[in-house]
Amino acid sequence: MADLSVNVCGVDFKNPIIPASGVFGYGREYEELFPLSKLGGIATKGTTLHKRTGNLAPRIAETPSGMLNSVGLQNPGIDHFIECDLPYLMSKDTVILANFAGSTVEECVAVAEKLDKTDVHMLELNISCPNVKHGGAAFGTSCEMASEVTAQVRKATSKPLVVKLSPNVTSIADIAKAVEEAGADAVSLINTLLGMRIDINTGRPILRNNVGGMSGPAVFPIAVRMVWQVANAVKIPVIGMGGVSTGRDAIELMMAGASAVQVGASIFTDPYAPVRIVEEMNEFLDSKGIKDVKDIIGTVKPW
Amino acid sequence: MKYTQGKYIILKKSAIARNMYSFEMLCPEVAQIAQPGQFVHIRVEGFTLRRPVSICEINRSKGTLRIVFEIRGEGTEKIAELREGDAMDMLAPLGHGFTINDDYKKIVLIGGGIGTPPMLPIAQHYGEKATVITGFRNASAVILQEDFAKAGAQTILCTDDGSQGIHGFVTQPLKELAESEEISAVYACGPMGMLKGITEICAEKGIYCEISLEERMACGIGACLGCACRTKKNDEEYFAHVCKEGPVFKAEEVLW
Repeated sequence: MADLSVNVCGVDFKNPIIPASGVFGYGREYEELFPLSKLGGIATKGTTLHKRTGNLAPRIAETPSGMLNSVGLQNPGIDHFIECDLPYLMSKDTVILANFAGSTVEECVAVAEKLDKTDVHMLELNISCPNVKHGGAAFGTSCEMASEVTAQVRKATSKPLVVKLSPNVTSIADIAKAVEEAGADAVSLINTLLGMRIDINTGRPILRNNVGGMSGPAVFPIAVRMVWQVANAVKIPVIGMGGVSTGRDAIELMMAGASAVQVGASIFTDPYAPVRIVEEMNEFLDSKGIKDVKDIIGTVKPW
Repeated sequence: MKYTQGKYIILKKSAIARNMYSFEMLCPEVAQIAQPGQFVHIRVEGFTLRRPVSICEINRSKGTLRIVFEIRGEGTEKIAELREGDAMDMLAPLGHGFTINDDYKKIVLIGGGIGTPPMLPIAQHYGEKATVITGFRNASAVILQEDFAKAGAQTILCTDDGSQGIHGFVTQPLKELAESEEISAVYACGPMGMLKGITEICAEKGIYCEISLEERMACGIGACLGCACRTKKNDEEYFAHVCKEGPVFKAEEVLW
């Protein structure tokens, strides 16, 4: 049994696996299947200052080795989260990353101020949601905006601040450097890639929002590349995600430079995916005689 | 336990109409808790998303569930390739089913096309108190009529082209029934246009109505918020989720 624990900007995780924001709600639905304490952490559903109803359906489409979603940040609002969901999550013996977003810098700051007063372990600022008209990816696709929103949120909280980055940019390393300079304690990547499918019988896009975020195994090589580029560009820790569906994928992302790994769409295929991935990582490490998962972080030997 | 995930052996497979298959799976722990109107979420080899399929029969003593599904695309085509003796990965039973109320004197069950299978467990519960109106494109798409009859229910069959049964839509016999007798409740599943028509008739006649909806779905358990459905509760608009609050909704709460 290898030591699977990791530390990301001062927070201890019992293992590196974290269900990604959006796939796992606030945890209750999956506790029916396994104890949440088996997880390294949980990134909670993206929450905003006010309740959001989200986009019209269909919000989901299948793609080769993946899927599209355009949920549009449906959530009950930060006050409801803090009152009704966070206490439940905090009792589950796992690290809680509160994912949040806003239409404006002021909204992001207001949410961060509220979260700062709670016991939550980490904040994950989403500057990369592709499914909302305002804020969302607009913050995450320019260095100036990414820097500005990060700097303002930084002032609002002393908790570890993770900034979740969009892959829909020319240079994700430049965005990562910008948020690092603005005070982020870590970055997480990649959010979904903007995609589209059309029903050729009707001529209509399958998603009612026309476009949506693509995830699943198909995006994994892009995630590996971007995690590697970002890990080489910044000094702060990187939390990797994007198409991870096996323990070997998680090991690969950590070799590319990730200190922890989030798991998204593969939970839809196999609801036990996060728990299985932890077991598979352990088996791999044992088979290689590696005693500590931390020893593989960033160990890729590029040509 | 509300739901579980596992691999369950297919005991019986049959082709019951063009592109329509019936599977019976041995899954005692699921059969024990499954309710009419709930669904199973089937993993398909090589696909990211599971496929939701409504439950067509629940046999607690045998520990089996039956599903009937139509090949709609590559995913359901793959499921149809499974054979007797194969194991099928299911997350089940999921969702909120039909209300069972034994005070009902007369219940009308309506199924349109592939919306017909979830009406069978309800018909089996109510027996001769149930009248089942089903509608299909044509005679070659007609399914489950003997099963409904065996359950003791009266059946009224409609086809769009008149090739079997009444030539027309299910709403016509519903109107006639509502004129001639006291109906305690109407439960329905099928295309949105059909459900809307049924909802309007029930609202006009003051009959309690529940409808089962369908939507593209990811997690199946209410976590991802993918399968949104516009509903109204206490005068407030709200995107409910077909997988958890549904698939069965009170018709009056659904916004069209």
